[in-house]
Amino acid sequence: MKLPALAAACTGLMGLAVGLIFFYAPTDADQGFSQRIFYFHVPIALTSYACFGWGAWKALRYLRTRDERADTESYVAIHQGVVFGALTLITGSIWAKASWGVWWSWGENQLVLFLVLFLFYCAYFMLRFSVDPGPARANMSAVYALFGVVLIPVSFLAIRLSQKFIHPVVFNAHGPQMAGSQFFTFCVAFVAMLALFATLYQVELAGKRIDAHVRELRELLR
Amino acid sequence: MTYLRDVGALTRKDLLLELRARETLPSMLLFVLAALTIFHFALPRGTGETAARGLLWSALVFTALLGLTRAFVAEREQGMFDALVLAPCDRSAIWLAKSLAVFAFLACAELVALPAFAAFFTGIDGRTVAAVALADVGICTVGTLFGAMAVAGRARELLLPLLFLPMAIPIVVGGVGGYLWFLVLYDAIFALLAWALFEYVVAET
Amino acid sequence: MSPPSEWQYVAAAYLVVFVAVLAWVGIIAAKLQRLQRQLAELVGKARERG
Repeated sequence: MKLPALAAACTGLMGLAVGLIFFYAPTDADQGFSQRIFYFHVPIALTSYACFGWGAWKALRYLRTRDERADTESYVAIHQGVVFGALTLITGSIWAKASWGVWWSWGENQLVLFLVLFLFYCAYFMLRFSVDPGPARANMSAVYALFGVVLIPVSFLAIRLSQKFIHPVVFNAHGPQMAGSQFFTFCVAFVAMLALFATLYQVELAGKRIDAHVRELRELLR
Repeated sequence: MTYLRDVGALTRKDLLLELRARETLPSMLLFVLAALTIFHFALPRGTGETAARGLLWSALVFTALLGLTRAFVAEREQGMFDALVLAPCDRSAIWLAKSLAVFAFLACAELVALPAFAAFFTGIDGRTVAAVALADVGICTVGTLFGAMAVAGRARELLLPLLFLPMAIPIVVGGVGGYLWFLVLYDAIFALLAWALFEYVVAET
Repeated sequence: MSPPSEWQYVAAAYLVVFVAVLAWVGIIAAKLQRLQRQLAELVGKARERG
């Protein structure tokens, strides 16, 4: 999809999503107004998973084809994933404060999972900074990205298990079934967030490609 | 069959080197005892048994990290990495051999650490020993692969804890909770992944 | 200041996302400027070569 069209779709979807969130979705009976944070928080989290998944897919492509572009695409996807992951943690923290008056809750599985993933994928960047650009760095990044995506379900399982001996699960915030209108709003917000990722991803990739071309030109005109 | 022979030869090399140099294992032993001592002072009076058990796992993970950090340094310093990679053996044999060597060191350290823990804090049951053994498999297989990555860059020893600790979190959960089936699952998944992907970590191109 | 009311938390959450996206736009803008400068430089060099 052409970038301007993608950006336009993203803008439209975002506008629609925010409109629905604040003007259409009913106030939640249990959690009140602050429940609306969910309409952003959960789609951002899901998009983050999508970023890491996409990054892992591109990593696999790189290992198969040794095409440098796949490495760049993997890197950009994971970069976006960390950004969305950080946003997940921040919005999740704000929501925790709004709901329970604490900035953090170890009882909230999704937040804890994101903390672990955040640590893992930040190390991805440390790895990339530590090694000089080249096939070796691309190889290692790809391997690490694949470990990361496998870690997601394993970690989630571990965190679920750990709740038994660390923290009695007091709150089940994603609990009650959503009303139809809520679910619709959520879906729109989710698609809007994915569109945002896709747009940012393409823009960042375009930037990197231009960078590479400029560098190549500089070499040729030396 | 030659695969296993290669693995055996490489593991023997690492074990013999350690036998002569005597650097890694004594450090790990001393470290784990020191860590347990510090943890004693870190635990307030009346702390439950579970908390103490948790600290055992912390001590083990950090001791393992010590051993893993040393694992590839010798190769790197002597420039043997290129020689190893040129050797006519499956790349993953290097990984397996190194994992086995680190496992051996870790097991030796634990032979000291577990009785010490039982003496300092609280008793160890068979389940814990089984959990430690299973956790070791995960730590060594994953840690060896990440150790090879860490050593390739500039940051070296600094990088390995960053790469490894997030991966160690599920191991600690499995260990403290005594979820042996989960540790088996973890080991199976990640050992397979490490075995399959190691050749890319040491590939030049 | 009295503790923030519910809607202020919601606003804060959305604001964070908004600011993050704008910050990202700013970073890309800076990168574009740098690339523009470098490209102009290279065009100059290419012209010299003729």
